[in-house]
Amino acid sequence: MNVLHYFSQHHQEILELTWEHLWLVGVSTLLAVLIGVPLGIVSAHWPVWNKPVLGTANIIQTVPSLALFGFLLPVPWIGARADRLAILALTLYALLPVIRNTYTGIRGVDSSVMEAGRGMGLTPKQLLLQVELPLASSTILSGIRIAVVVSVGLATIAAAIGAGGLGEFIFRGLAMVNNELILAGAIPAAFLALSADFGLGLLEKRLRPQ
Amino acid sequence: MEQPSANGFVIEFHDVRYVLPNGQPLLQSLNLAVQQGETMVLLGRSGSGKTTSLKLINRLLMPSAGEVRVNGASTANTDLIRLRRSIGYVIQDVGLFPHYNVERNIGLVPRIEGWPAERISLRVQELLQLVGLDAEIAIRYPHQLSGGQRQRVGVARALAADPAILLMDEPFGAIDAITRDQLQREFLSLQQRLHKTVVFVTHDLREALRLGSRIALMEAGRLVKVLSPQEFLRSTDPLATEYVRAFGEGLNSVVDRGTA
Repeated sequence: MNVLHYFSQHHQEILELTWEHLWLVGVSTLLAVLIGVPLGIVSAHWPVWNKPVLGTANIIQTVPSLALFGFLLPVPWIGARADRLAILALTLYALLPVIRNTYTGIRGVDSSVMEAGRGMGLTPKQLLLQVELPLASSTILSGIRIAVVVSVGLATIAAAIGAGGLGEFIFRGLAMVNNELILAGAIPAAFLALSADFGLGLLEKRLRPQ
Repeated sequence: MEQPSANGFVIEFHDVRYVLPNGQPLLQSLNLAVQQGETMVLLGRSGSGKTTSLKLINRLLMPSAGEVRVNGASTANTDLIRLRRSIGYVIQDVGLFPHYNVERNIGLVPRIEGWPAERISLRVQELLQLVGLDAEIAIRYPHQLSGGQRQRVGVARALAADPAILLMDEPFGAIDAITRDQLQREFLSLQQRLHKTVVFVTHDLREALRLGSRIALMEAGRLVKVLSPQEFLRSTDPLATEYVRAFGEGLNSVVDRGTA
């Protein structure tokens, strides 16, 4: 097999680019969670925010990824380095599933549970931390899972602007009409997506309330 | 907070109105006073304003006009969280926290009030016994309980921090007749020991007559009359007689069918 041969010869570079890929996906997902979960909470608690927040995230999602990289290029500090640019774009794409699932998860908490909690004298913060977020956690995690799987695929495009990652192989392979090279990028990327999906899926199942 | 006001009333409604944001009035000028240690039943059909009245006591709702006083102090001027923690609240759907086991459900308010762990655990055992549940049930989760057990846990949870006031919104409404009968009996014996001030919402005359020290009959957002169970049965008030007639007819129709 040519591909296996190529893999064994280039395992060092494959590992490096896989690591870069993971870094892009990891940092952008973390940022998306840090921004998206609070936004989801806000839109679930104050319905006025629901439409603007989810609407904006929806619109971002419709921008083609290459175009988004282009739009972000003139942004100061961000545009100066390709990896920053890639991370920002990936974060923006990951926001929608995170916000939407946080919103859905919190709105899905049984109203009698909330009424009992309020009636018992839980503060809004205690209600959020002890009731709403734990009960919404599996739904939120499933949003994060979708975000990660999509980001792993999208991050391959980041190579087009020189941000590195497994997309390097793919673009190089496309330019050189070399299938082994394309597969050297595509196979590890697919493997990353599948293992993230599987691992987070397990965690999600454990968090799901009975 | 623990002492009733000078006039001996624990809960007072003074000209309380409640109007929905869309302008629809749910409660019109309610005046009602609940004495310490009595069980005041709010009896009425759906839409009569009984649940609204109940929620005005622990400020799940704010009066649009008038004043609700608890232990002599207007609820509007009382710290909301302190007010609610000093009042036990039991609802028909119970609202147990599905991700907490029975022990954590019952011990939640004591825990956030900062009780030491041993004291909480003792209190939970004491309460389980009080509501007639086995100690082993403490480690179970709400979805593993029957409807009757769940409601008992709900009552235990409401009693956890030993509030002087208990609000109960159709607590036995979704429970089968035999278990309901048992829970009502247990409620009476519990009340004989604890002497809480209870406001109990129901649409069931039988339940009202059985549990209430007094019955506040409500209809379409108004308080019609406050009567003792004995007075209620003798009352010539058209609405009260309507309740008694409907109740009696339910029994008679069965008897008639048996003899026909």
